[in-house]
Amino acid sequence: MGNIIKNFFKSLWQITRGDIKYYIWIAFLFVLIALGISAYARQLDDGLIITAMRDQVSWGVYISNFTFLVGVAAAAVLLVVPAYLYNFKPIKEIVLFGEMVAIAAITMCILFIMVDLGQPLRVWHLLPVVGLMNFPSSLLAWDVIVLSGYLFINLLLVLYALYRLSIGKEYKLSLILPLILLSIPWAVSIHTVTAFLYNGFPSRPFWNASILAPRFLASAFCSGPAIMLILFQIIRKLTKIEIEDRALFKIAELVAYAMGINLFLLGAEVFKEFYSGSIHKAPLEYLYLGLHGKMRLVPWMWTALVFNVTAFVIFLIPKIRENFITLNIGAVLIVLGVYIEKGMGLVIPGFVPDTLGEIYEYWPVRPEFIITIGIWAFGALLYTLLLKFAIPVYTGELRFKGGEDAAIDPAMINKHRREKSEY
Amino acid sequence: MSKKIRSNPLGIELNRRTFLKGAAAGLAATVVRPAAAGAFNWDSFLQKHFREMNDAEIKKVIGRLEKEAAVEWKKNIHIGTAKAMPGVKFGYGLDLSRCIGCRRCVYACVDENNQSRTPQVHWITVLRFKKGEKWIDLENSEKYYSPKQVPEKDFFYMPVQCQQCENPPCVKACPTQATWKEPDGIVVIDYNWCIGCRYCMAACPYGARRFNWAKPNIPADEINPETHYLGNRPRYKGVVEKCTFCIQRTRAGKYPACVEVCPVGARKFGNLLDPKSEIRYLIENKRVFRLKEDMNTNPKFYYFFATNITQAD
Repeated sequence: MGNIIKNFFKSLWQITRGDIKYYIWIAFLFVLIALGISAYARQLDDGLIITAMRDQVSWGVYISNFTFLVGVAAAAVLLVVPAYLYNFKPIKEIVLFGEMVAIAAITMCILFIMVDLGQPLRVWHLLPVVGLMNFPSSLLAWDVIVLSGYLFINLLLVLYALYRLSIGKEYKLSLILPLILLSIPWAVSIHTVTAFLYNGFPSRPFWNASILAPRFLASAFCSGPAIMLILFQIIRKLTKIEIEDRALFKIAELVAYAMGINLFLLGAEVFKEFYSGSIHKAPLEYLYLGLHGKMRLVPWMWTALVFNVTAFVIFLIPKIRENFITLNIGAVLIVLGVYIEKGMGLVIPGFVPDTLGEIYEYWPVRPEFIITIGIWAFGALLYTLLLKFAIPVYTGELRFKGGEDAAIDPAMINKHRREKSEY
Repeated sequence: MSKKIRSNPLGIELNRRTFLKGAAAGLAATVVRPAAAGAFNWDSFLQKHFREMNDAEIKKVIGRLEKEAAVEWKKNIHIGTAKAMPGVKFGYGLDLSRCIGCRRCVYACVDENNQSRTPQVHWITVLRFKKGEKWIDLENSEKYYSPKQVPEKDFFYMPVQCQQCENPPCVKACPTQATWKEPDGIVVIDYNWCIGCRYCMAACPYGARRFNWAKPNIPADEINPETHYLGNRPRYKGVVEKCTFCIQRTRAGKYPACVEVCPVGARKFGNLLDPKSEIRYLIENKRVFRLKEDMNTNPKFYYFFATNITQAD
């Protein structure tokens, strides 16, 4: 046991080692995080009044980012299903990195909730046993449970896989299969519960539509994998990890189906609201046409729509999605498109017009941007460090050799390479 | 405006605030100097939920809060904890045909309930509608109207505040049970338990809840020192607040401040369980409606039209 802990710290030490580009990247992230912290310190001091949120629009860019990132986290399951259940080898090799995206995304979700709280020190009131969690009545209580559970499951899966790899063994599927099987409905649940969080109140007609949860899932299965498509290409370029083209193209294909469904559901919503023409169409009108001359989100929503439709076409046609230039354009378009649509495009119209009919046009101000960027930088830092830790283990450069000291073993790298070329 | 003495809505003896209590709190504040305002303190961090505390714990907490408040607001503030009286369920009536949109209720409420002056926090919103236009969905309302004189010829007004729902969505939403419905029907908030997530504000169909985006700012000489733990005691930055039917007054048998100040008598208040109360009379004899009844929130706030001259009452 002592050795394992010693080895753990030795392997942890290597996250401090890297080339100059690595140090620049880390320093860059630290600067952004520091800026975020200083802006947050001001927010703690002066209160949330330094944001653009007000009683009329009481949630803003923080909760928007939270919503988007829940989707990214949930999408890790899209990799788990083909990897473990259908034993699709190329994706199985990279599922670990997908699960690490989920870990980083959930951590960012928690941070976005924290910075949105008026009394962050009291966050323990939310917890069961020590606090007074309003379960099962409050959907926010459900969200606390499913999000922390999902983080826990992914941490376990990643740690177990890394541990087995680090002692030079394949992981035993029989041992973790129950956990993997559990992680699939659990990923669906984090998104469903987050959708229900908005969905459950008739005071906000825009959210109070049954189509909300399915739309959440569909768009999550676009944005999460699209982010992974980009990350995986960066990983294989910068490290010794080999990720097959086949895996990337498979992910792109799945994204195309998800985007198709997402666009269909949007169409269904647009039809229902505009054809029936009741006053409940006001939020959708605000998004796409503007309401009483208030147009703040209109250009963004149309941008998102154009991005999503373009990406859908790119990912649908095999020839185009299997070209890396168009594939990457499509992935970037989807990330941006869904970020707009599932972020502010979802949260803000819940409050516009407000319950007394007032239109307050929310647009984030500087401290909100800085804090948001700080949290994204923290997520990027976390993912970078996770990779820095996991990749040498994964490629076989770092082996614990059953209790001996952690060591870099070049023979293992070659062995790994050989195994790869055997496919 | 004549200050007519109204009949007591509960028919009980008024409990005059004891001078001694206030004096004792003041003395305590000068003898035991608590930590500087705003600084972290463990007692406050670990304070239990109001409903989880027994009477002795509540007494201790009130003692500390009064000391803190004396330092913070430079004034001795009495924090009461009067419980709901048995056999009482409060209800409110608002006569739309009388309301002239003067907003005296709004500012009487601010004075009584220690709302922040800068930034301005109002628990009552008065909406103005153009006569003859569709209004019940509130889409065409105007809340920032500022004419030279009210009432204006072509408009009518509808004040909105917490509707004290029997089935309150905000209570359902709150993840920490920091807001709940008291036995007398008032929906209250424990300002020391609220985490400021604002989920209740998303859930409320009446825009009744207000968030302290900044530290409330009230000049010392304008502070109302007679307060209730669940009501008008000065709030903290980062917590939600709302109308409590003036819990500090109504539980002592007085009318809410807005009822008392209304110059046209548009506001009615009383015990829904008392068949002889004014509120029961108007529910039984006028045509009442409640706001957004399709939400099934079952408010205890009744709007009605009493002065229809063609109506044989």
